[in-house]
Amino acid sequence: MSTQSSRLAARLMVAPSVAVLLIWMIVPLAMTLYYSFRLYRLISPERTGWTGFTNYVWFFQSPEFWLAMGNTLALVGGVLAITVVLGLLIALLIDQPVKGQGILRILVIAPFFVMPPVAASILENLFMHPQNGLFAAIAMGFGAQPILFLQDYPMLSVIGIVSWEWLPFSTLILLTALQSLSSEQLEAAEMDGASAFNRFRFIILPHATRAITVVILIQTIFLLGIFGEIFTTTQGGPGSASTTLPYMIFKQAIAAKDIGRAAAGGIIAVILANIVAYFLMRGIGRHLDA
Amino acid sequence: MARSLSPRRKLITTLSAWTVALIIFFPVLWMILTSFKTEPSAVAMPPQFLSADWTLENYVEVWARSDYPRFFWNSVVISVGSTLLGLAFAIPAAWAMAFVPGKKTKDLLMWMLSTKMMPAVAVMIPLYLLFLKLGLIDTKIGLVMALMLMNLPIIIWMLYTYFKEIPGEILEAARMDGAGLWNEIIHVLTPMALPGIASTMLLNIILAWNEAFWTIVLTTTKAAPLSAFIASFSAPQGLFYAKLSAASAMAILPILILGWFSQKQLVRGLTFGAVK
Amino acid sequence: MTKTLRALMGATALVALSGAAMAETTITVATVNNGDMVRMQGLMDDFYAKHPDIKVEWVTLEENVLRQNVTTDIATGGGQYDVITIGTYEVPIWAKQGWLESLNDLPADYDVDDLLPAIRGGLTVDGNLYASPFYGESSFVNYRKDLAEKAGITIPDAPTWDDIKKAAAAMTDTANGIYGICLRGKAGWGENMAFLTTMANSYGARWFDENWVPQFDQPEWKAVMTDYVELLTKYGPPGASNNGYNENLTLSLQGKCAMRMDATVSAGSLTDPAQSEFADKVGFALAPDAGLGKRANWLWAWSLAVPASSDAKDAAKTFVNWATNKDYIALVASKEGWRNAPPGTRTSLYSNPEYAALPFAKMTIDSINAADPTNPTVKPVPYVGVQFVAIPEFAGLATSVGEIFSAALAGQKTVDEALAEAQALAVSEMTAAGYIK
Repeated sequence: MSTQSSRLAARLMVAPSVAVLLIWMIVPLAMTLYYSFRLYRLISPERTGWTGFTNYVWFFQSPEFWLAMGNTLALVGGVLAITVVLGLLIALLIDQPVKGQGILRILVIAPFFVMPPVAASILENLFMHPQNGLFAAIAMGFGAQPILFLQDYPMLSVIGIVSWEWLPFSTLILLTALQSLSSEQLEAAEMDGASAFNRFRFIILPHATRAITVVILIQTIFLLGIFGEIFTTTQGGPGSASTTLPYMIFKQAIAAKDIGRAAAGGIIAVILANIVAYFLMRGIGRHLDA
Repeated sequence: MARSLSPRRKLITTLSAWTVALIIFFPVLWMILTSFKTEPSAVAMPPQFLSADWTLENYVEVWARSDYPRFFWNSVVISVGSTLLGLAFAIPAAWAMAFVPGKKTKDLLMWMLSTKMMPAVAVMIPLYLLFLKLGLIDTKIGLVMALMLMNLPIIIWMLYTYFKEIPGEILEAARMDGAGLWNEIIHVLTPMALPGIASTMLLNIILAWNEAFWTIVLTTTKAAPLSAFIASFSAPQGLFYAKLSAASAMAILPILILGWFSQKQLVRGLTFGAVK
Repeated sequence: MTKTLRALMGATALVALSGAAMAETTITVATVNNGDMVRMQGLMDDFYAKHPDIKVEWVTLEENVLRQNVTTDIATGGGQYDVITIGTYEVPIWAKQGWLESLNDLPADYDVDDLLPAIRGGLTVDGNLYASPFYGESSFVNYRKDLAEKAGITIPDAPTWDDIKKAAAAMTDTANGIYGICLRGKAGWGENMAFLTTMANSYGARWFDENWVPQFDQPEWKAVMTDYVELLTKYGPPGASNNGYNENLTLSLQGKCAMRMDATVSAGSLTDPAQSEFADKVGFALAPDAGLGKRANWLWAWSLAVPASSDAKDAAKTFVNWATNKDYIALVASKEGWRNAPPGTRTSLYSNPEYAALPFAKMTIDSINAADPTNPTVKPVPYVGVQFVAIPEFAGLATSVGEIFSAALAGQKTVDEALAEAQALAVSEMTAAGYIK
């Protein structure tokens, strides 16, 4: 159906979005690029000037940098693995015709309605707290020592919190995908004696592939930028144990008020994100055409 | 997938589905329960269920201490406004990319997503300066535009995925019947795409509703939404979990109600009985 | 121009003038969400009764968020706020940048000489007052008297660190969830580093020598960190590396901290029966010393300032005067009792017999008076500030150092490793900032 005229119409329809996004991307990017080569500390505006690559060098020489890169990838990878696997399982479960399906679905989506800083604060203080948390109470009920989540397992705790926040998103998208799967096909397969696993493997999974791809791509973009939950809970610590690249930038921008360094960090983060996106597209991008 | 199950399987499925749902929901439930406790009771150890000091005091105080209706209204305007504006841009774009794909469509989609890759804190000062120059600080229109642009790639992506599900044969058939492009969109496409558009809309309203960085950085009083309302109850000196929980419950409630009413629409998804 | 026309124009001008005088000036006030500030918002009827021509719009935010927004605004000349709430650390730095309006011209009833000298000194630059203190605080020891009695110890009013160590050991009862001592462990320049810097002052340690060379490689700092880590790991609550002001206050209100060293301002909550069932068992003592003449207590005042970028400076100053005046303290006392009066700003409050009768009043004023921002350390230093160093680079540097020290507390690093890392970091940052030539 790709006639000449429909192609032209399509271009015109895409054009406004492209135009606004182009401006939205280029202006801040250009400003950030500019500041990344400048000495600009918010509190000492009298010290100013070009600094070459000093701000970039600072990042690469920081003992935190490689750790932060590792933590960033661990956060993205960990949350993706948890939300996609659990999200798919939960979507399958609540797709079944069970009693109270409507309420059930609302319950599952509910975490998504909680503002991220609140979610982090509630989980940290009412659940993970070593003296007052619910988990500590459960541990002590079994006569065990409470787990020091934020001190001993800071990165895992952050991954857990973020996964809880994002699980509804993946569940919802995957559920929507499952809805469009025809039941005849599944029933036919069941009649033919296909096991539950085989039905999942050969019918459901291929059908959900595009949805999974979308979940991975969209979540990756959000997860690569997370710092609020870390600030609320572990403050990147203890030490740098849960510092990610965005949190490093956050510290430079908010605590040190060093706009130049934060900008350089931003540029590094964009490059990193593009590399990740490139590999993602090569790895799973073909599923988009399915 | 409305299949009939054997009674035993149905029971097991129901039980496990409810167990899983309650586990996921539990922190929210616990937060809501906490909002009805006194502050000392909220952090009591062992945690108090039935023996807690129940009170409405937190809600009374939260209501008295801040202008909730104004924050609420700002949140509504900003989240709904940015989503509708986003849809206006995104529907044509996603439609074109889904039905008239070119060689570069995938690259274009990826590029759109890449506009979200800059960490917010890194562009905080540049964007703040930009908004200041344009006189958009603490204006609802400024936030509507910012959040629209922030979420536009997501909206386009989601719509693109949904539109892709619509089988081309239906369009071909409509065209054979002599329907024009406009008719095709209004009478054939739109009804089929509605569930997808609805869930995209809801998800983006939630994303905008929950945005808690830019909405605080770029506002002071006139345009400050519920994220700023929440920030005035978190971590003061002394006990605050019950009040924070109450404030959070007040911030969640509207969107929870919206979710309740739209969930059928939301999860009905794309069921094209006609072809499949 | 005819006479009538001229008269008409004059009349119009008059109407316009009186209209302007009657028109409401709206000022935007940014405050932290601490209890005393929130209380002020409930007392605004008094302000509106006195100043019907001024309307106040509040921006109430959590401390970190507020600081971020206010700093961004003031450094970029945004002009969003007419009154801002800032601390003792920011005032001298921002005043030097010309970002703050001088408050020398507040009316006589403001009674500037009634301000506590230590607090006033911290808000004054070159003889000009740049911010008016809303409430002030130092730090001191609070402990549960019943537990001290049970353990058979007494904590002197002016203890030494040895007294503190002994008391912590004696009162710890982990089996019953009682921890001997609660100290700040959460990383941040205003969290663990505020406490550690005061502890360092009392141990004879300092951030920098006279040439701005960092001193973490000196034996005094090693003694500080060794004792700090030992105290908290032996007698502190598990997970202390994540405990800040709020977490420790909560534990104290629950009676789980036998002893705690933190801000004097929390005394109001600790002695409030509605917040704690141990309210009548709380004892107070000065922050400890190590016999070197300096106590481990800080000095801080949340203060109201008027940004130079404000376009309603007169109305803003009127508000500042109302909120930090003696009359305001009396107003709070009459409505909510003396316990809730904003502490730590005025001499007259502490000479008031009703206030002095409160269990924490004397310890608070003694603690504030014991802090000396211009001479905070045993050895000479090139900076002012007790629990901070009043230079713009401090917040960023101290937050990074705070992370390293919280790692030492969590057992991820030894004290020696942490100090070596902190030293290397501080040297490189101070060199980059141009202090070390």
